[in-house]
Amino acid sequence: MENAENLIALLVAAPLLGAVVLLCGGRRLDKAGHWIGTLLAAASFVIGLVLFADMLGRGAEERTLRSTLYSWIPVEGFQADIAFQLDQLSMTFVLLITGVGSLIHLYSVGYMEHDERRRRFFGYLNLFLAAMLLLVLADNYLLLYVGWEGVGLASYLLIGFWQHKPSAATAAKKAFLVNRVGDMGLSIAIMLMFTTFGTFAFGPVLEATGDTSEGMLTAIGLMLLLAACGKSAQVPLQSWLGDAMEGPTPVSALIHAATMVTAGVYLITRSGAIFNAAPDAQLAVVVVGAVTLLFGAIVGCAKDDIKKALAGSTMSQIGYMILAAGLGPIGYAFAIMHLVTHGFFKAGLFLGAGSVMHGMNDEVDMRKYGALRKYMPITFATFGLGYLAIIGFPGLSGFFSKDKIIEAAFAKGGTEGWILGAVTLLGAAITAYYMTRVMILTFFGEKRWQPAPDPATAPGVEPGVEAKPGEMPHPHESPKSMTIPMILLAFGSVFAGGFFGIGDRFVNWLAPVTEFEHGHPPIGAAAITSATVAVMVIGVSIAYLQYGRRPVPVTAPRGSLLTRAARRDLLQDDFNHIVLVRGGEHLTRSLVYVDHSLVDGVVNGTAASVGGLSGRLRKLQNGYARSYAVSMFGGTAVLIAATLLMRAV
Amino acid sequence: MSFPLLTVTAAVPAVGAILTAAVPAARRTAAKWLALFFSLATLVLAAAVTVRFEPGGDRYQLTESHAWIKEFGVRYELGVDGIGVALIALTALLIPFVILAGWHDADPLETKSSRWRPTQGFFALILMVEAMVILSFEATDVFLFYILFEAMLIPMYFLIGGFGDRAHAGSDENAAAQRSYAAVKFLLYNLVGGLIMLAAVIGLYVVAGNFSLTEIAEARANGQLEMATSTERWLFLGFFFAFAVKAPLWPLHTWLPNAMGEATAPVAVLITAVVDKVGTFAMLRFCLQLFPEASTWATPAIIVLALISIVYGALLAVGQRDIKRLIAYASISHFGFIILGIFAMTSQGQSGATLYMVNHGISTAALMLVAGFLISRRGSRLIADYGGVQKVAPVLAGTFLIGGLATLSLPGLAPFVSEFLVLVGTYARYPVAGIVATTGIVLAALYTLVLYQRTMTGPVKEEVRSLPDLRPRELTVIVPLIALLIFLGVYPKPLTDIVNPAVRHTMSDVQQKDPRPEVEAAK
Amino acid sequence: MNPVNYLYLAALLFTIGAAGVLIRRNAIVVFMCVELMLNACNLAFVAFSRMHGNLDGQIIAFFTMVVAAAEVVVGLAIIVSLFRARHSASVDDASLMKL
Repeated sequence: MENAENLIALLVAAPLLGAVVLLCGGRRLDKAGHWIGTLLAAASFVIGLVLFADMLGRGAEERTLRSTLYSWIPVEGFQADIAFQLDQLSMTFVLLITGVGSLIHLYSVGYMEHDERRRRFFGYLNLFLAAMLLLVLADNYLLLYVGWEGVGLASYLLIGFWQHKPSAATAAKKAFLVNRVGDMGLSIAIMLMFTTFGTFAFGPVLEATGDTSEGMLTAIGLMLLLAACGKSAQVPLQSWLGDAMEGPTPVSALIHAATMVTAGVYLITRSGAIFNAAPDAQLAVVVVGAVTLLFGAIVGCAKDDIKKALAGSTMSQIGYMILAAGLGPIGYAFAIMHLVTHGFFKAGLFLGAGSVMHGMNDEVDMRKYGALRKYMPITFATFGLGYLAIIGFPGLSGFFSKDKIIEAAFAKGGTEGWILGAVTLLGAAITAYYMTRVMILTFFGEKRWQPAPDPATAPGVEPGVEAKPGEMPHPHESPKSMTIPMILLAFGSVFAGGFFGIGDRFVNWLAPVTEFEHGHPPIGAAAITSATVAVMVIGVSIAYLQYGRRPVPVTAPRGSLLTRAARRDLLQDDFNHIVLVRGGEHLTRSLVYVDHSLVDGVVNGTAASVGGLSGRLRKLQNGYARSYAVSMFGGTAVLIAATLLMRAV
Repeated sequence: MSFPLLTVTAAVPAVGAILTAAVPAARRTAAKWLALFFSLATLVLAAAVTVRFEPGGDRYQLTESHAWIKEFGVRYELGVDGIGVALIALTALLIPFVILAGWHDADPLETKSSRWRPTQGFFALILMVEAMVILSFEATDVFLFYILFEAMLIPMYFLIGGFGDRAHAGSDENAAAQRSYAAVKFLLYNLVGGLIMLAAVIGLYVVAGNFSLTEIAEARANGQLEMATSTERWLFLGFFFAFAVKAPLWPLHTWLPNAMGEATAPVAVLITAVVDKVGTFAMLRFCLQLFPEASTWATPAIIVLALISIVYGALLAVGQRDIKRLIAYASISHFGFIILGIFAMTSQGQSGATLYMVNHGISTAALMLVAGFLISRRGSRLIADYGGVQKVAPVLAGTFLIGGLATLSLPGLAPFVSEFLVLVGTYARYPVAGIVATTGIVLAALYTLVLYQRTMTGPVKEEVRSLPDLRPRELTVIVPLIALLIFLGVYPKPLTDIVNPAVRHTMSDVQQKDPRPEVEAAK
Repeated sequence: MNPVNYLYLAALLFTIGAAGVLIRRNAIVVFMCVELMLNACNLAFVAFSRMHGNLDGQIIAFFTMVVAAAEVVVGLAIIVSLFRARHSASVDDASLMKL
């Protein structure tokens, strides 16, 4: 196709138009708003497909398209353009974002049906799509930064969509702030690039990595990692993701599972050339990935809130991706592959969770579910397939992608390789455990349903709950607009992995962009695969013994020390609260005091002493004509004396 | 002789001020429309200045020069460079919105019919400030500039002291006392700064023999006018002190929160978005051009003060309980960025600082005016008195959020461009300062979002329940400002085109070159 | 006679006048003392005129007389109205002009 690059801008423009129209359109669009939003998301997907077809039509080395719209910030010695770059890596993301995005738009039509602000919800969703597409299509780091903060904004708006709930508003603010800390890393990285390379466009920067010192590249890499930690909820900036579940469930599925949180993986993969040349930074990436992988998994085991359990799982799965991306050319392609398959099954799981909540008066506590498989067969089936995919059941998506990451971890070589391999295997076992727990608590066992709480006394309840307080839930299957996306995503969860993995199809597709080397694990691939399957079976069995064989109490037992810590996100929030929040409050309070009494006090003190002096001088003005006369005579005498004295000298 | 466009641009609001003040007391509405008309006429003239200005042409354009006080070599000398044009455009653009936003701020109080509030005076004073500010952006004679710099205090004093915010805690007497405290504090701070500057102006005359900026700068550049190092430094400090008070720079900032808190929202905008810009503008134009070596000498200290301003202002903003004082401290933080950009001595920093002046003007105006609309509805400035406003007044909350997002420099809105340029420009020369300043972006997010969360989200407070959403007049004020924020964020080229040549001149004045990228330098 | 003696006389008169202004309370007397000082100056001027042999001093003496006459008019008016208001001509009773 001629001039395919002109279409790239349209990819971003379509959802952006939707956002503008929906947010500025006012109430007259309330009736049709959700369909406008969905249509424009789908339009973007169609454009993406056209570009994809076009890309396939060209040779592997000529697939990159570039398009420069205009010069954005033309300042002496500083060149920032609004320019796009579409290569295989971006293409993968474009299809994932617009594809999953369109499905979730469709799902939201049903899910948000009773919300009076549905139009605005779709406006925000479209805004998110536009920002996310900008992020992956940008051809320089500054424009990427625009998308990066743009998705942060959309995420802020959507987490806090039910703003009248203080918990939602707080969660939104927290997400934005933690992300800003990460953004600081990105902006410092851009500054470093600018002073080192004189530019921050992908092409020139990534080609010139050989011209500078390893120390500089390590610094840039670490700053990029900080950014990735913020956006992808990696330790130590992971604390916002659990709270972000305050947002409507489609948001959790799209933004906080399938797309936005994986932006960190995109950033690291995109900057591969920098990390490849900076082994220390790479090591940091791997460590962050490994720690988060276990952290998220442990948190996921302890949560009773279905969405928070899934959020822990997301954190952990992104840990896998970050770890893979930190392995260098042996891991990039697998990181992205896991990202895509994870996009399918995790979005499917969240939509399933949303469907369950929809049927259960928006109850989120899994301990109050149970035996739902009979009442919600489609949800059960799709959720079940997503479950099998995430635990890495042989033949399903997660199996292919996760297995490859574990292999790559072993292939890192040396002691590191063994440690990483062990961590990833352990993570796989815990994944199987907590997902089985979710599955059993939700769909199997006894009914443990509880009457709907009174919204007045339970502030955590999502609004739009139709049930009257005290009414028992009537689980029912969700409407078609919700089940169709779930079915399609389940389809992806089952087959995507096989499609990508068999014959290294996905790796070959990405290789021109991300480079690829075959890793060579110290033990055979077959042995690793069987180990993966074995730990999965162990994890499932433990969960079954613990939850499937015994009745589950509705109120959570006190639990071990680790469980209690994990319920509180391994005390990260308490740490934040004590160190950052309290400390910050004390700091600002004392500064307010300092400003008032010291800085202002010095000035006021000067003013007061001038005032005191003038008060004393005032006493000379006593109103008696004679005393004025004396001072006149005195003054004259002094003047005359001075004049005479000057003469004499 | 060509048409004296610059003089006319400054004279039109001055004439408007006199005519507005002359309107009979009963015809209050006519006075408002008259003031609005004159501010719009000024805007048209400012647009003409922008169009007539050729970015590639001489450094100072549209110049005018007449003898004024021959005995002292004082001349009435005007001329604009790109930075001046940008700021004149900003001023002329903001005043109509200020007038519209303050439409009812000076109406007689309904409850106390005896107390006459001089509506005419309010609008006349605003126009007077506009005239003086515009002329000070045009003046290329140091003495003329000094006179304007001081004279604009007079109308500002009356605007702050005479027309306070009607929303206040406590009694009327209490409010009046606080207002007069704020006004006197404003006046004293700026007078002290001005007096020190006066000494420096006289000193400059003694050394240079005339007051013409262009002549002195030229003589300095080609070596005809030698200054002893210590003389130059003292003179620089004299000028800088006055500008730092006006800007305001830590620790000379404490007048701003009082003044902005007590004044009505439009007047607060006038203070921070328009009048304070004269301070930072003058640093670029007078400090750097007249005393290049002293400027370089003082740079480390000034950068430290600017960094303190950034972090300190932001932290104090977090701790405020009063919406308007919060915005005032946020402005202090932003002025820190502007000064940082100016003294980073890189093209990016100085372009960024100039853009920052314009963008900060627009974004603060947007945020402050919406805050003013909110405050006038509820009658309280305290954050704690609000909650859940977005439920009852979504448009108001939405515009407030956009104004807040502009304040925290969200990409896509204008302030991001300038803030990033300042950061990059600073980092290129002073990496540590660049990184410290970057923490400002996190703190900005903190105070903005905390403000938004506490006022707009959460359960709807009882007192807030009946607040009306934005009215058409208020929308007319806020929508163009937001449109401008987005436009300049996405396409700042029209502004950078005007500013770039001026920055190039300034850079050659201070004899600085941008640091070269490491990779190039190595080759 | 040596004109310098006139200067001594002028200085003496001036001192008497000044002392009177500072010491006396009665406004009329203070006023007369002021006149005395003015006339002492006049005397000095005329003496200088004589000593230097030009007319400048005499001209200024005339000016002083005119000014003194005008001053008497205003001053007496003030004293009279003060006396009417306060029933006293003491300068110490008029001490309201203070901060």
